[in-house]
Amino acid sequence: MLLPVLLILPFACSVIAACMPASARNREAWLAGVMSFAALLGVVSLFPRISAGEVVRYDAAWMPAYGLDFVLRIDGLAWLFMVLVLGIGLLVVLYARYYMSPEDPVPRFFSFLLAFMGAMLGIVMSGNLVQLVVFWELTSITSFLLIGYWHHRADARRGARMAFTVTASGGLCLFAGVIILGRIVGSYDLDVVIAAGERVREHALYFPALVLIVLGALTKSAQFPFHFWLPHAMAAPTPVSAYLHSATMVKAGIFLLMRLWPVLSGTEEWTWIVAGAGVCTLLIGSFAAIFQHDIKGLLAYSTISHLGLITVLLGIGTPLAMVAAIFHTVNHATFKASLFMAAGIIDHETGSRDMRILRGLGRSMPITATLAIVASAAMAGVPLLNGFLSKEMFFAETLLVGGDTNWWMSVAALVMGIFSVTYSLRFINVFFGRRQVELPRQPHEPPRWMRFPVELLVLLCLIVGVLPGFSVERILHSAVSSVLGAQTPDYDLAVWHGFNIPLLMSVAALVGGMLFYRLLRRRFNPDLRDNVPLIHRFSGAQAYENVMSGLSVSADFLLGLFGTTRLQPQILCMIAAMAAVIAVLGLPSSRHLADPFANLDPLFALLLAIGCICAVAAAWQAKYHRLAALALLGGTGIVVSVVFLWLSAPDLALTQLMVETVTTVLLLLGLRWLPPRITPRELAIEVPRRVWLRRSRDLLLAVLGGGLMAGMTYAVMQRPAIDTISDFFLLHAQSEGGGTNAVNVLLVDFRGFDTLGEITVLAAVALTVYALLRRFRPASESLTQPEQQTNPVDPAIRQTPDRQAASGYLMVPGVYLRLLLPFMLMFAAYFFLRGHNLPGGGFVAGLIFAVAVILQYMLSGAIWVEAHLNLRPFRWLGAGLIAACVTGLGAWVFGYPFLTSHALHLSLPVLGQLHLPSAFFFDLGVFAVVVGSTMLILIALAHQSIRSHRQPGKNADAEQNTQEAS
Amino acid sequence: MEAAIALTIGIVFGSGVWLVLRPRTFQVITGLLLMSYAVNLFIFVMGRLWIDQPPLTLAPGTPDPMLHADPLSQALVLTAIVIGFATTALYLVMMIGARGLTGTDHVDAEEDDDE
Repeated sequence: MLLPVLLILPFACSVIAACMPASARNREAWLAGVMSFAALLGVVSLFPRISAGEVVRYDAAWMPAYGLDFVLRIDGLAWLFMVLVLGIGLLVVLYARYYMSPEDPVPRFFSFLLAFMGAMLGIVMSGNLVQLVVFWELTSITSFLLIGYWHHRADARRGARMAFTVTASGGLCLFAGVIILGRIVGSYDLDVVIAAGERVREHALYFPALVLIVLGALTKSAQFPFHFWLPHAMAAPTPVSAYLHSATMVKAGIFLLMRLWPVLSGTEEWTWIVAGAGVCTLLIGSFAAIFQHDIKGLLAYSTISHLGLITVLLGIGTPLAMVAAIFHTVNHATFKASLFMAAGIIDHETGSRDMRILRGLGRSMPITATLAIVASAAMAGVPLLNGFLSKEMFFAETLLVGGDTNWWMSVAALVMGIFSVTYSLRFINVFFGRRQVELPRQPHEPPRWMRFPVELLVLLCLIVGVLPGFSVERILHSAVSSVLGAQTPDYDLAVWHGFNIPLLMSVAALVGGMLFYRLLRRRFNPDLRDNVPLIHRFSGAQAYENVMSGLSVSADFLLGLFGTTRLQPQILCMIAAMAAVIAVLGLPSSRHLADPFANLDPLFALLLAIGCICAVAAAWQAKYHRLAALALLGGTGIVVSVVFLWLSAPDLALTQLMVETVTTVLLLLGLRWLPPRITPRELAIEVPRRVWLRRSRDLLLAVLGGGLMAGMTYAVMQRPAIDTISDFFLLHAQSEGGGTNAVNVLLVDFRGFDTLGEITVLAAVALTVYALLRRFRPASESLTQPEQQTNPVDPAIRQTPDRQAASGYLMVPGVYLRLLLPFMLMFAAYFFLRGHNLPGGGFVAGLIFAVAVILQYMLSGAIWVEAHLNLRPFRWLGAGLIAACVTGLGAWVFGYPFLTSHALHLSLPVLGQLHLPSAFFFDLGVFAVVVGSTMLILIALAHQSIRSHRQPGKNADAEQNTQEAS
Repeated sequence: MEAAIALTIGIVFGSGVWLVLRPRTFQVITGLLLMSYAVNLFIFVMGRLWIDQPPLTLAPGTPDPMLHADPLSQALVLTAIVIGFATTALYLVMMIGARGLTGTDHVDAEEDDDE
């Protein structure tokens, strides 16, 4: 159980930290620190088991149908990385507590940091490749957030975007590669994949899988040619840099290469790609580091070159090289984290990171200076420090792999060693000499606990450097043997191996580096150069920016070419495309035309004719006679309803009829806000030729579209019905759904989940309509009362609308309808109750209920209705959705899947036998949502007319008084 | 019978197409309504035409699917009708809102277009 806890803990604490107040800097740091410490203890407690060679595993079913399990596993390598992630994480948290200024939004910082930590742990603990990719991308996202933490700064945004684009694209490549690998092996489980190394390397798809996976690793680990993102990521706060670029983010790529080393390595392709990229990276990185002015920039390039070193070791592919790679990963994490923190201290206490102006800091901050000098000595590979040991192993491996003839790799290694001594010297130069320029702040030692992480890490560098056998041997051994298994070589971590060529190379690098530094100072002082000589023209960052701007320019171009914000061309294209699709797909099958009008009832034919005439007439009148068009539209709607009834669909007929009613009311309410339109004939305007052309085109398209639609319908109906799932619904409606109305049972039982989705959409649309209407600003000429209501011919204009309803011409129908209201509600209840067995159900009943209420609104006026009836559409909506969901969740209580229905047979004292399916309550929810959304839409629209009568600045009472007085 | 239904669907659909190609918002909303009638009918008749055979399995015993109309297309259309009402309402609100904001009821707010 420890493993899932270790993984979930950082994410949970991330959420907690995000919820903490902005001023609680200490509390958040405590939370993060205690969490990291506890997790670290948990991991350390596993060491006896891990070092005994055990693999601690946790399996949970994830997608069993696809053979994917959620697997967490810790072996020696994962354990080592977890200690790095958590240990350095703990120190970074402590450091960040002092580094972050109180003005910074600290909760966000700790929240992102913890989420990142969790994602990193997820990568190293993943025992499933797909799961690993998920956490991999999660580190891309969280590192994006961390790098862009100071999002008010343009360089932070740019750096974050660049890092994200590069690493996330690499992540996509990795995903593709992992899928290929999984296909080759037949499983995504890490243990299975690792065991199948032989088979993978011989497979035809080995090369694409290798390239894709290595692309993922190289982008993440900032290897050539993707190294450019790392220096730009230095815009992050220094604790983030110390964490991401020493122990975690960039090491993820290295980790992946190590993890898949048993599977992928050992071929020529592997060596050329991985070692080739590594050699380029270590040379470019170490060379560019010399010429940086920003301390963090120098450290960034040095990180790139050290990662290149590890990549070369992995590319070499011998077991001893793997030992050196793992060892250097640990060493680099310790000295680089301490150097980044020292750089942050310098920045924090002096206000500058520019090596051109920083001088003589050794006097004002002696302890920090000593620590930084020791750490950079470790970076340069000075004996008795940890960097020396792993670098010597590196030299030995390059010699071994090159042999006597192929010495280019040894030369590259030596050159890199010389460069790294040079840039280390350039860095520690800031502590010596005399200050010439006034610094933004007077430098002094940092707070005690801000320096503590650096002290601890430097101490570790020393311990490992002096007593490697005593300090890291067992840890290293368990990590190495978890990767290499039976191949684990014998190796000796002693400081002194006697006089040999690697030692000579180390000495040569140290002496050569010092000489090169003196030469540079004399001839090409790096302080005076603005760019890196020789290679500054090949800027990856510039290439990245060019690609990005090229992409956005071409996207703009394509949008300009094919896009439009105008509705009319879009509709035209859609209709034309639809007609084309029908023409291609539908027509070839319509050959059979035998007696098309057989057994056509004349009455039915008349009905259809009326519907068609209404539709065509509505199309004709919709521009100048909206009310007439609306009436004609209703005619078509009624015909459709009768057609449904005629063709054995009583449920549809009922629903169509009720929806027709509410739609008509809805459109009537909308008509008032449209501008008046007078026909051109009355205005004596000639319709231009261009318009006639357009109309002809549209008419052609309409005839074409209609004709194709008719043709397709006819073609389909000529064919015999194929077997669908429909028979299942008919056969099981009564036996399993407990109702005889198959349509209703289908809606509320078999496909209840779809209906739940549908009523959710309905509620969302109703709320959207309501929200849009709250901000509704009518056109100024629609603000006054409509012309029809002020025509002196109508005697009713002498009364206000509410008085017309209370005592005017609307009184009699109003009273009459008030009397009818209970009967209409009774009808709704009737249709609802019988819905499961006979035509009816929640949809129909809800619409009937809503229509009953709307009728009251129409005749008695909104003010009267709302004074007498307290309708709260929101509550209907909420209650309906809750009822439907609770019915669904109820099945869980009894251990069934969501929305499983159950029929209950009750014997009640008075009512007798009662058959009560759980779908009844679901249907009740449907009913309430339909009532709520219909009323919400119509009432919100109706209220606009009342609202617009009000003059701004006057309340409703004042307005009524003035109206009555007039 | 089939031909008459198909013809009706075509005519109603064609009227809708003509209207959605018009520039005024009210014409477009009317067109959408007409098109939705046609499409609802179209989906409905995909379950074929049945007369006096509603999908109510009232008789005792195992029902015979050959004697009942297709409930699937009916259920699809039933929900389509209700959602159609909601989207009509949404479009209507956008229509009157756009008229208030732009001062015109042209779908692309181009009053100079005399169509």
